[in-house]
Amino acid sequence: MAKITASVYTSHVPAIGAAIDLGKTQEPYWQPLFKGYEFSKQWMKDNKPDVIFLVYNDHATAFSLDMIPTFAIGTAAQFLPADEGFGPRPVPKVIGHPDLASHIAHSVIQQDFDLTIVNKMEVDHGLTVPLSLMCGQPDAWPCPVIPFAVNVVQYPVPSGQRCFNLGKAIRKAVESYDQDLKVQIWGTGGMSHQLQGPRAGLINKEFDNAFLDRLIADPQGQASVPHIDYVREAGSEGVELVMWLIARGAMDDVAGNAANSIATHAGSVRVRHRFYHVPASNTAVGHLILENI
Amino acid sequence: MALDKPYKDIPGTIIFDADQSRKGYHLNQFCMSLMKAENRERFKRDQRAYLDEWPMSEEQKQAVLDMDLNRAMALGGNIYFLAKIGATHGKSFQQMAGSMTGMSEEEYRAMMLAGGRSIEGNRHLGEDGDAQPQHQPQGQAGRKASV
Repeated sequence: MAKITASVYTSHVPAIGAAIDLGKTQEPYWQPLFKGYEFSKQWMKDNKPDVIFLVYNDHATAFSLDMIPTFAIGTAAQFLPADEGFGPRPVPKVIGHPDLASHIAHSVIQQDFDLTIVNKMEVDHGLTVPLSLMCGQPDAWPCPVIPFAVNVVQYPVPSGQRCFNLGKAIRKAVESYDQDLKVQIWGTGGMSHQLQGPRAGLINKEFDNAFLDRLIADPQGQASVPHIDYVREAGSEGVELVMWLIARGAMDDVAGNAANSIATHAGSVRVRHRFYHVPASNTAVGHLILENI
Repeated sequence: MALDKPYKDIPGTIIFDADQSRKGYHLNQFCMSLMKAENRERFKRDQRAYLDEWPMSEEQKQAVLDMDLNRAMALGGNIYFLAKIGATHGKSFQQMAGSMTGMSEEEYRAMMLAGGRSIEGNRHLGEDGDAQPQHQPQGQAGRKASV
């Protein structure tokens, strides 16, 4: 049986990718940020999963206004880094896990979540920057990655509650897969940021840290917070934080609450790492590693 | 029954909903075309000619030519799409976001290094924070432009 071993949460700022790609990580501006991920890179080496299920948002890259799926799962064998306007990032291609991805799609759709199945797409900084932060600059990523894109660009976007419930459904799907695989689920993007208009540059440290506190201790309560609170308090792009609730919903300690399921075990969760930093370009950066124990 | 759109009263913010998406469809699809290097070259060579290939309004085209991102947003643009125009011109995301505040690049960067814009007074229209309409444009660059 496949099992979710841990969840990782991190912001995914394009400028962070540029700083890595251009060798600027030790510059005074960037050094404090990358220091916050030193533990994480070692932790990744010590806790290498068999598959990463990576929840992120596409930034007008794979999905134009021609078509915008609310939830899209990548079932391809590989995904190439996209040209977002500066040329593609010089990072390894992403190797998928088509069999597990298809299995999850099948199971999650049967649990009443409408996923769009994507057999061909390119992936942008939303997916590649978290991999760089957690894995550094290897010749190949340490394991296959299943991309899971969430629409947080065109409103209405999915609610925190729906994302949290989706995480529970993904957990059930993973646990019904026959092979013994260690799966990490990552929720990426988010923390205070507003990229547009006269309010650009908004940072609300109190809101961000309260979110981290509650994501750890009371994820069900955090799931009920409406979008408008994220947008008003953390900026128009702060709404990306709902994606963290997908990863959180897949953890052991909330499994007993899964809709229409009987709890088979009520586990608990350990915080391995927590980090927060302002600024990276226009945004605050938050990061958390939670393990199932 | 009216749709629930509680995000209309946030200062300095245009939420990209289905109405905006419809209004900005061609503008945003033009932006998507700049993900190809050869299109970026063609656009830079003759911006007007390239824009004329798209069924955009004259106002939308002018906003692109002026790099007036606030105007482009009001006309249906989305910041993630518009960012590709900036990338084509070699501008960072921070430069683009900063340009929408009326601050100079240095002023905006300094604000971010000092912890960013405060939420106080910037939650609802009608408060008195720096993102409110009565305080635009912000910073030296904007004041010079408006003289």
